[in-house]
Amino acid sequence: MAKSKIETDHGLNVRMFITGLMLVVLYLIITTLLIYAGLSMGLVLVIVVAMIFSQYYFSDKIAMFSMHAHEVSAQEEPRLHEIVDRLCLLANMPKPRVGVAEMDIPNAFATGRNPSHAVVCATRGIMNRLSDEELEAVLAHELSHVAHRDVAVMTIASGVGMLAGLVSRMAMWGAILGGGGGGRGNNNDNAAAMEMVVWLVSIVIYVVAYLLTMALSRYRELAADRSGAILIGKPSVLASALVHITGDMGRIPRTDLRKAESMNSFFFVPALAGGSAASLFSTHPSLEKRLDALQKLERELNG
Amino acid sequence: MGLRDALFGRTKQVAPQLDNLFALPTAALTLQSELDLVSSGQAGLCFKAGSGETSIQTDADILQLLDFEAEKDSVHVTTDDLGFKWLVIDDPSVDGQVTKVHAANSSMVDHGLGPRLLCAVFGFVPATPPGEGSVRLVYLLKQGTFYPFAPTGPNQRDNELELRVKSFLGSDLPIEKDLSRWMALWNLPVR
Repeated sequence: MAKSKIETDHGLNVRMFITGLMLVVLYLIITTLLIYAGLSMGLVLVIVVAMIFSQYYFSDKIAMFSMHAHEVSAQEEPRLHEIVDRLCLLANMPKPRVGVAEMDIPNAFATGRNPSHAVVCATRGIMNRLSDEELEAVLAHELSHVAHRDVAVMTIASGVGMLAGLVSRMAMWGAILGGGGGGRGNNNDNAAAMEMVVWLVSIVIYVVAYLLTMALSRYRELAADRSGAILIGKPSVLASALVHITGDMGRIPRTDLRKAESMNSFFFVPALAGGSAASLFSTHPSLEKRLDALQKLERELNG
Repeated sequence: MGLRDALFGRTKQVAPQLDNLFALPTAALTLQSELDLVSSGQAGLCFKAGSGETSIQTDADILQLLDFEAEKDSVHVTTDDLGFKWLVIDDPSVDGQVTKVHAANSSMVDHGLGPRLLCAVFGFVPATPPGEGSVRLVYLLKQGTFYPFAPTGPNQRDNELELRVKSFLGSDLPIEKDLSRWMALWNLPVR
């Protein structure tokens, strides 16, 4: 199969490699700890790996379900399909399935275990807010995630976090049960102290793994911004789309006041509870950083 | 909402806030000097027509209840596509619009219809067309706050213009701070 034409950025590659390497080191530390703990963790481990794997394998279905998105045909959403068709031709990649989430929060996501099982999804809010050109830029960003196999990368990265969390929980149980059981004679005190240490260490590991995962995610976002902008050849359009959907402008709704009021069981004070939008962006770099990077790219492309 | 109300599934109906309306004429001056926007000569009051109130079955009943005479006060009642009633006021001066909206509100409250009130809308258009595009100032009666609404199409609004209006009017008007409450009013019958 021909390789995707989306270009790479070497600086980002190096940083991602280092981040990935540190995650592997963490894997090693955790495996050692698991063996050291010496419990019948083999089975538990198999279960956890199976969970992580299924999270990866069914990523498209899970994401679609949690975003209340549904797949749409070319007849239902001709505009969206046309843009995706064009971008896939440009990038020389198989066309993913296309979905829409009926919510007013402007957002888009791409998921799926590999490019041929991918799905690209936009919310109704983002389609209402952006011009065709801006929507194309956002979808180019999402298709770059697919081309970069970001689901696989992020699943492996966050899997470490899950394993670390598991170790800490198991160790905590071990410490409690080991203290009260008394089945193993005078080995008991030692084992309990040992497991307390394991417990503390795995918490530290969990925090570090989490921070690394977030950092990795932010690098992947910048990489997708870059590839997406290069694909459509206009970084400034992606920048303008970002301005329109994040910050103040992203919070101004398209929902009709009259409809919103009737949904809120008729004219009482508690209006809509906002805020869920922010959490979706928390794994993303700040808007300024993304705009700076795009501006630099614009100069590179023109210079 | 208190704990007891939550337990018993009651919600208190909120009385509309009318006082902040009188800040509008000053804001209208700012809109003209900063953004070249003048009143469109129309304002509207949007409310839900309830069932069961036999006294306000027809549009004429509503006008009578509110003590308006259609001809003399140049007001009329229309129903929009979502089934909400609009009292539309034609008055070239913002002061006159505010006075009439306030009077209509007060009589609605006096007749126990306060909870049905949704919002008041004041139209502003570019003084020298084509200009920037028109803006409606929406007054949320329950919150007592204003926000700008600048529709540019059937489902499109000009957020940049709205945020500019906010930055200029911030000191004149109590602008709704929670941007997620700046709900749209598509296809409204007020110019």
